[in-house]
Amino acid sequence: MHPHLVHPRRTTRSRRWFLSAVVTVSALAVAVGAAIGSPTKSHATTLTALIGSSGPAETFAVNAAAKAYTKQTGVEVNVIVASDLGQQLAQGFASGNPPDIFYMSNDSVATYAKSGVLAPLDKLKNVKTFYPSLRAAYTYKGHLYAAPKDFSTLALVINSASWQRAKLTAKNYPKTWAQLASVAKKLTRSGQVGLCTGAEFHRLGVFMIQNGGWLVSKDGKTATVNSKANIQAFNFVKQMINAGSFKLTNQLGVGWGGEGFGKQQCAMTIEGNWIAGAMTHDYPSVKYRVVQLPAGRAGMGTLQYDGGWGMAAASKNKAAAMSLISYLTLPKVQLGNAKAFGVMPSVKGVAKTWSKLYPQFAAYLAGANYSKSIPNVPGIATVLGDFNQQLQGLPTTDAKTILDRVNRELQAILNQQ
Amino acid sequence: MLKRFARRRDPGIRGHQAAAGWLFLAPAIVLLGLFLVLPIAMALWVSFSDWNGNGSPRHAHFVGLENYRHLLTQPGLDQSNFGTSLRNNFYYVLLVVPIQTAVALFLAVLVNRGIKAVGSFRTAYYFPSVTSSVAITILFLFLFSPTGVINELLSYFGVTGPSWLYDPRGLFHVILAQFGVDQPPASLANGMFLGVSYWDWLSGPSIAMCVFIVMAVFTTSGTFMLLFLAALQSIDDSVNEAAALDGATEWRKFRYITVPMIRPMIFTVVTLGLIGTWQIFDQIYVGTKGSPSNTTLTPAFLSFNTSFNGSEWGVGAAIAFILFAIIVFFTIVTRLVTRNTDRVPRRRRFGPTQPLGFPDASRIASGEPGSAP
Repeated sequence: MHPHLVHPRRTTRSRRWFLSAVVTVSALAVAVGAAIGSPTKSHATTLTALIGSSGPAETFAVNAAAKAYTKQTGVEVNVIVASDLGQQLAQGFASGNPPDIFYMSNDSVATYAKSGVLAPLDKLKNVKTFYPSLRAAYTYKGHLYAAPKDFSTLALVINSASWQRAKLTAKNYPKTWAQLASVAKKLTRSGQVGLCTGAEFHRLGVFMIQNGGWLVSKDGKTATVNSKANIQAFNFVKQMINAGSFKLTNQLGVGWGGEGFGKQQCAMTIEGNWIAGAMTHDYPSVKYRVVQLPAGRAGMGTLQYDGGWGMAAASKNKAAAMSLISYLTLPKVQLGNAKAFGVMPSVKGVAKTWSKLYPQFAAYLAGANYSKSIPNVPGIATVLGDFNQQLQGLPTTDAKTILDRVNRELQAILNQQ
Repeated sequence: MLKRFARRRDPGIRGHQAAAGWLFLAPAIVLLGLFLVLPIAMALWVSFSDWNGNGSPRHAHFVGLENYRHLLTQPGLDQSNFGTSLRNNFYYVLLVVPIQTAVALFLAVLVNRGIKAVGSFRTAYYFPSVTSSVAITILFLFLFSPTGVINELLSYFGVTGPSWLYDPRGLFHVILAQFGVDQPPASLANGMFLGVSYWDWLSGPSIAMCVFIVMAVFTTSGTFMLLFLAALQSIDDSVNEAAALDGATEWRKFRYITVPMIRPMIFTVVTLGLIGTWQIFDQIYVGTKGSPSNTTLTPAFLSFNTSFNGSEWGVGAAIAFILFAIIVFFTIVTRLVTRNTDRVPRRRRFGPTQPLGFPDASRIASGEPGSAP
């Protein structure tokens, strides 16, 4: 400012002006802050649901269910589709103003429950209707922390045209590892490998279970990642890779098994029932069949992925939120979702109806009889994340080296539990 | 005493301007304080606390250096991830900063030579810099897909390209394998630092990371070209003319006139480059999320992932502050290096007989050491 712009004699006046300006500015700031900060007060309760949607069909179905609930109870539900569920949840928990209910996968439930951000749902009205295995997948230290809403197991997805071209019939669906290796070899030809799947525990783990291995001991206290059974399982995978009849998705340069399968770069893949949506939308011309995974030395085995609704401990309307979760996991709502986007309901009562709806996906439902969910240990998602990173190098790395490493990491978080 | 009182009563001719100054500064101070200083202070506090993401960090407990100790001295997943991320980012910086500086300077010199259609060249080079990094990353994902344009091009020359973003092999390991060294000697395989074996420290950037290196050079060279261009245009033509008259070659003019005169700008570009490359995040978040085999994991992404997905907020914040320390360290080193060379070495000092203080271009041209006192 030019020194002569303000005359010295006007000091008191300009000071007063300065003060009033400061007061005005701060008053404005407070007013604006208050207007932005405080939620608009309404007499009706409003609940917020944060979901990680698989696509428009799921978003639409959840919104429809929420509207039906509002109609029934008068409680407004605001459904928000997250672009990064983990990050948005973390922000909500940190701010003390999280969404009332949200999607919760079973590999992160223990981490969240341990930090105290989840409210227990033991008193949920329909708690007894869920499959016990799904309830167990969401139970941490004796309390249920999410209501199972749907689940899927992994099964073997087969390209029908390739199967016929290789002169294989329904009799040849592999029942054992040896048969799997043999059909994969027969299916392999130029431009198409017999079997492909993600280079991750979340797919290859099925071979561990089939061979009698698992991540943790029965009591859940000891890591058993580098057990003989697991080493054997991954060596079998490596044998098939070396034989050229099995490729991991990173070797094919595709994002996931469904992409490699849809692009017909492989004739078989190991995937969950979410592949149905991708096949319908992206690769409608590829015909396929879904059969149960072959049995290993220890019998049948597959991995199970669970989706659930969690409730925030900081929710201001816990009673209403709990009733909304009850509603959203009712058999009729779950059947609606199944029709809309193909998920498998978490309640036993509608299994038969679902089988009639999707006879072609019976293998996924059958898998529930012998499937395992990821153990509930705080921090397990991080360890399995590293397992997946290491498995990307499986073709060129000794299986035991990877398993030893992950075993150390898993034991470390088991000790902290 | 009296005088001081008097001075306090009468603000003098500029006294009240302080008030107005503060008023004008207030919005900036409030904004910076609210969105910069406060969050940094909070993050610093989190790095010393056991905050688990539940509610405000103010209620967390102070744990001292525990999070830092956990990262730096406790063997485990967090430590080996941190070590791996430092290794990856180190090689990224090591390659990106010199290459982008050289390319930017080269482009600036070209554009500065008054060739025709300078404007369109400037625009073309600058274009990648103004495009969103997310868009560029997605473009590169397509270009470098195993069946993408790059590999298609390579196949015309009979070269089978690697699967790029899916290839975790380290560049140095690949080169060593060409000479038959594909297993580490025991001394390198067994020694560990920050949870990563010496052999893996020496892996070089992975093939996947090389894609990001190319991308960084491609996107940032334009910005730095503009900075260099500004510096080049501030060099008086007469200096170059004098050198030319004395018979200096282009290379000598560049080496002994251009480079010394734009040295402050080189410092700026290298420093900005160091800061930018150590902080690489969005490309990784959009492109690979650390895959394959953690070879594109960087400290910035690891900090985010550890905090938001692993709920280990203290450790995540500690990573951020160690990264901060690394950046400060390298900036100081760069400063020291450029400061030391600020003084022209004695043998190259120009003689006192020179008119107008211009460099004695004939001596430069002949490349002989100066004979001056």
